[in-house]
Amino acid sequence: MIDFINLYLVPGLTIGSVYALGAVGISMIFGILRFAHFAHGDLMTLGGYGVLTAVWFIPVHPLLLLPFGIALAIVSALAVDQFFYKPLRKLPTIYTVIASFGVALIFRSLAQLFWSSGNQVFTSGVRMPVVLFDTFRISELHMQVIVLTLVIAIALHFFLTRSKLGRAMRAVSDEPELAAVAGLDTERVVRWTWVIGASMAATAGVFAGMDTSMHPNLGWNLLLAMFAAAVLGGIGKPMGAIAGGLIIGIAEETATFTWLSDEPLISPSYKSAVAFFIMVALLLFRPQGLFKGRLL
Amino acid sequence: MELTGLFFYLVSVLIAGGIYAVLCLALNVQWGMGGLFNAGIAGFFAVGAYASAIVTTAVSSKHLGGFELPIPFGLAAAMIIAGVTGWVVAKICVRLKSDYLAMASVGIAEILRLVIVNESWLTNGSLGIAGVPRPFGNLVQGREADLLYLAMVWLCVLAVYILCQRLYVSPWGRTLRAIRDNEDSARAAGKDVDWFRLQTFVIGCAIMGLAGALSAHYFKFLSPSATEPLLVTFLVWVMLMAGGSGNNRGAIVGALAIWFIWSGTEIITSRLPPEWITRSSYIRMLLVGLLLQFVLQKFRSGLIPEKSPKIRSD
Repeated sequence: MIDFINLYLVPGLTIGSVYALGAVGISMIFGILRFAHFAHGDLMTLGGYGVLTAVWFIPVHPLLLLPFGIALAIVSALAVDQFFYKPLRKLPTIYTVIASFGVALIFRSLAQLFWSSGNQVFTSGVRMPVVLFDTFRISELHMQVIVLTLVIAIALHFFLTRSKLGRAMRAVSDEPELAAVAGLDTERVVRWTWVIGASMAATAGVFAGMDTSMHPNLGWNLLLAMFAAAVLGGIGKPMGAIAGGLIIGIAEETATFTWLSDEPLISPSYKSAVAFFIMVALLLFRPQGLFKGRLL
Repeated sequence: MELTGLFFYLVSVLIAGGIYAVLCLALNVQWGMGGLFNAGIAGFFAVGAYASAIVTTAVSSKHLGGFELPIPFGLAAAMIIAGVTGWVVAKICVRLKSDYLAMASVGIAEILRLVIVNESWLTNGSLGIAGVPRPFGNLVQGREADLLYLAMVWLCVLAVYILCQRLYVSPWGRTLRAIRDNEDSARAAGKDVDWFRLQTFVIGCAIMGLAGALSAHYFKFLSPSATEPLLVTFLVWVMLMAGGSGNNRGAIVGALAIWFIWSGTEIITSRLPPEWITRSSYIRMLLVGLLLQFVLQKFRSGLIPEKSPKIRSD
């Protein structure tokens, strides 16, 4: 049981937090701009490299340098929206999906060009896990990731329900025509969607990079699980995406636990297929997700 | 570079270009005619490559095989197994709406890759399959064999082109375009939309499998890292968009045009100092990404735009 918590549940919550933060952006962009953003994973990668570069110059804890990664991700997101997505907005959204697929490759080749294609770590050295109550052994990073994600989720909730801008975003996501008739500035909402989505993506990218190492495929490899999380939470429901991310993360990790026999239930090498099957099952049987998201 | 060297370089470019043309025709069936977004091209390509390799190689203790069947059987097996894989996928996913299908297809490619890497009894895992035979391998050797292979690849391109063209002008193709352009009205006219989509997806996947088989017999060696899957998928998409989606000739022309640009820039960058060569491949990728954005915004109908066949009133 203790092993289950230490080796499966906590890592699941950690990777789940990464998915959650990434899925918020995917869900909001899907809700407001109505397309699946294929470059979101690579936006995470860029954010991660932004912080990695800052660490080279300012040797403090990487999490303190998050603003650099966030700034890089926001600038990149607003630039690609302006130059590549906005001109296609009048067309069927599938064209924007194709464009974002291209943007994913552009982001990745930029990362390879500027930061090389190898693995790079934020801080070297082995850090011992913290032992709580003599039983729980949790690494410091995992605790930071889980706590920070909870803080961000609570802040996001208050932003979306209390602030004028947050309410405008939910309005555009739920009823675009009505929101436009009511005089909401859609372009402003779109801009802020990118700002929030990119900030969280960058944060998730740094978390993922610190947990393993930075490499140009980091974000793309997480994309599928984040799509699954966004669908699970309900498209256009940011809080649902957070819940979805945590559920997918825990499902992936605990699927490899020795549930039925001494063998893992699912071989660890097939872990990333779990998210896919959850996503497909949801799309077929409950496409609105857990929290009644929008249907395409 | 002396003249014969250049000539055989051109031959190798044309062989790869032909394989891309087959892939591009396959995507044209799925996306150009049927409007199905498939971001998992490389997955079906790999299934075809492995199917043909396993069927035609000699006995090996490292992976399933030892059937040593002639190469046409390999090509057929590639199409059948890729088609069946596509059928399983389509059975589950084809009802999904456009963006959702796109998301699912990424997952399919990932799962196919996982199977190939992990099931080493079947594929020898990451070490790959060696000794995949080349057709007429015992008759001619070396560079002449490349010429022969070039002819075979382009015969396949021709056969696939004729097939796709027949599909396009047939009542089947007309129904497909009707579904693509307005699903609801096609459904109202009594067409079984899901069934047509399933057929489209399977046919496209089978042709992608054929392309995979052609590449396996060309390179004679197969491993999960031999191709960068995302790059293959992406290049095929750029080729189809640039050539003109919905038009079979456009698909072939687009494949050749983009492949010439891709290989041409390789000649230029291979002259650069070594420390720049690895970097230059990223610059090329970046430029292809930008090219796609340009095509999408300014050049959406492609080099040879789609032209619906005339309606005969007899």
